Amino acid sequence: MAGIDPIVDPRLRLEVLTAEEVRRIHAATLDVIESVGVRFPSPRALDVWEAHGASVDRQTMVVRAPGTLIEEALRQAPPVYPLAARDPALDLPLDGRHVYAGTDGCGVEVIDLETGEKRRSSLRDVEEIARVCDALEEVAFHWVPVSAQDRPPASRSLHELAAIWRNSTKHVQTESVVTAREARAAVEMARAIAGGADELRRRPVLSIMQCTTSPLAQDGGSLEAALVAAEAGLPVGFMTMASCAFTGPATVAGSLVVGNAEVVSALALMELAAPGAPVYYAAAQTAIDLRNGAYTGGGPEDFLFGAATNALADFYNVPLSMGSFATGAKEPDWQAGIENSLSTFMASAVVSDMLLGVGLLYGSRIWSYEQLLMDCEIYAIVRSMLRGIRVDDESLAMDAIRDAGPGGDYLTQPHTQRHMRELFRPRFLDRRSYGAWETEPDRPRDWARRRAKELLAGHRPEPLDPGLEAELAGIVVAVEVEAERSPESAPA
Amino acid sequence: MTSELFAAMRQSIVEGDADRAEELAARALGEGMDPLAAIDEGYVPGLRHVGDHFAIGEMFLPEMMLAARAMKRAVAVLEPEMARRASRRRVLGRVVLGTVHGDIHEIGKNLVGMMLSASGFEVHDLGVDVPFERFVEKAREVDADIVGVSALLTTTMVGQRSVVEALRDAGLRPRVKVMVGGAPVTRGWAEEIGADGYSEDAVGAVNLARQLVGA
Repeated sequence: MAGIDPIVDPRLRLEVLTAEEVRRIHAATLDVIESVGVRFPSPRALDVWEAHGASVDRQTMVVRAPGTLIEEALRQAPPVYPLAARDPALDLPLDGRHVYAGTDGCGVEVIDLETGEKRRSSLRDVEEIARVCDALEEVAFHWVPVSAQDRPPASRSLHELAAIWRNSTKHVQTESVVTAREARAAVEMARAIAGGADELRRRPVLSIMQCTTSPLAQDGGSLEAALVAAEAGLPVGFMTMASCAFTGPATVAGSLVVGNAEVVSALALMELAAPGAPVYYAAAQTAIDLRNGAYTGGGPEDFLFGAATNALADFYNVPLSMGSFATGAKEPDWQAGIENSLSTFMASAVVSDMLLGVGLLYGSRIWSYEQLLMDCEIYAIVRSMLRGIRVDDESLAMDAIRDAGPGGDYLTQPHTQRHMRELFRPRFLDRRSYGAWETEPDRPRDWARRRAKELLAGHRPEPLDPGLEAELAGIVVAVEVEAERSPESAPA
Repeated sequence: MTSELFAAMRQSIVEGDADRAEELAARALGEGMDPLAAIDEGYVPGLRHVGDHFAIGEMFLPEMMLAARAMKRAVAVLEPEMARRASRRRVLGRVVLGTVHGDIHEIGKNLVGMMLSASGFEVHDLGVDVPFERFVEKAREVDADIVGVSALLTTTMVGQRSVVEALRDAGLRPRVKVMVGGAPVTRGWAEEIGADGYSEDAVGAVNLARQLVGA
């Protein structure tokens, strides 16, 4: 039976931006949207903007919208809503109290569990990762983690969704739906799972993530897919990856403004097209490596972005999805540990609603089961820290202290029996004696791999009803037939 | 004095000052200097300086880009005079560059284009969302040595294979080399689709291009 044990009501608090600083970033953002503009390369999106009085340049597809329009639109966004799951017991309320971890996408390679070799990802990987994540209490929802590259591009995203629903009862999120045609099919599939269009609005079992195209631009197909999803009541998020000194200014504050302008303008568009649609803020900002221009996915700027972005999402009163397990490491190693720990701590301490990226390496390109299990350990450590320190009569333990007295011990105290299981027990930290380690010098990552194999072999997720499975498959086939006839997605 | 002018040209590249580089190019023409000399003895040493300092970790990508842009602007000023004298700058090779059909990501591709052109390649940038056949047409038209195909999405990456096949069907392979790049692109993918090479960053792309043309 799958379960979820999330971070809830963290007791530590972190203020990385003051209210005044948030207001300045907001003011700068509105200035950018109004005076510089954001590119929306979709006729449909431009129509919506124009109908609401924004200035639209059809040639460059750049929209300049007054701040009041953006602010009014964002006020329509619901502050609280659930991410629903196939199993309603696993629904995730995005209520500003919880921090849920999920996978992230979209990787293109997998470190094979058996051979240890890196290879191209396939649909089978999507299935197997979903099955393992279904068993992990730290993983609250799935992002399509790797690309099903053995399926045709036109229907690939839908194969991936069906694969996860077949193998898990948890919520599913995807960033791979990037055309209106795919989005319509994805909505149809989600309606089948939820039990109808109204039920899907009430309990969205699928949420959609789109990436902006930094700096200050959106992707046309993504916008059209997002509009279809928003109209059907699926939660839609836009993620900025504006990176210091390349796709954003070199300063963290400047890159926050650019990223914010991208996300906020896209969310406003959703609200203009479908008032009241559930939307969320998403970000995985970083600083580039100054030598090669690469997305680094780690370092102090990332950790600050993680905490600062939540201050912005809170200001707009929408949930946040943060790319926190975003390490740039090539294998599960020191770098992966330090990057994912610090980013996850920062993003969790400010109560980011969703954390993305467990299991992926090298800037979300390579899937590793070892990393998945160790990321869950990081999440568990942070969860334990954020519970803080309880101070009351029982936890002050005066009776036990009196009983043990000077020079006594607490091993056999009843108080210890009552509380010792609250202490953190690691699964992937090596606390053996030196001698024991010398005799068997294996590593936590070896244990993680072993555990992943056990879960893969032993975990049996609640199967999807065969009728429903056939229905999903039928929707995918219909899209493939349509794609054969007209390779381009029909206009929304 | 010529040597002073050369030194100033070199400095304009090192500082990435495109306006200054342009202005010095105009002055050189006014003084009747051979444009090729201006490039080879004025600007190129500046570029070399930046490259050397980049290699030892004292200068960074943004400075490299500024230098490349300054170089490009200076050469643009000198080009009409070069054409008039029928002198040609030695070109390392001709590269046709574009982001594949269905994909609009251009920043990485533009970076590669700028660096290639600063390094002495003649670059024909087709932009983004480029149909497969367009790569073929352009490669034929300019007698390209290399076609560079960029893709950022796993779904559009498959188009890189289509470009390789289109070039093959047009009989341009293996003479025209193909290099591929973009976030999801791996060595394995490049090998599988029969591309001649791939790079994960712009500096690597320049090295690869040099290798492919034997420069």
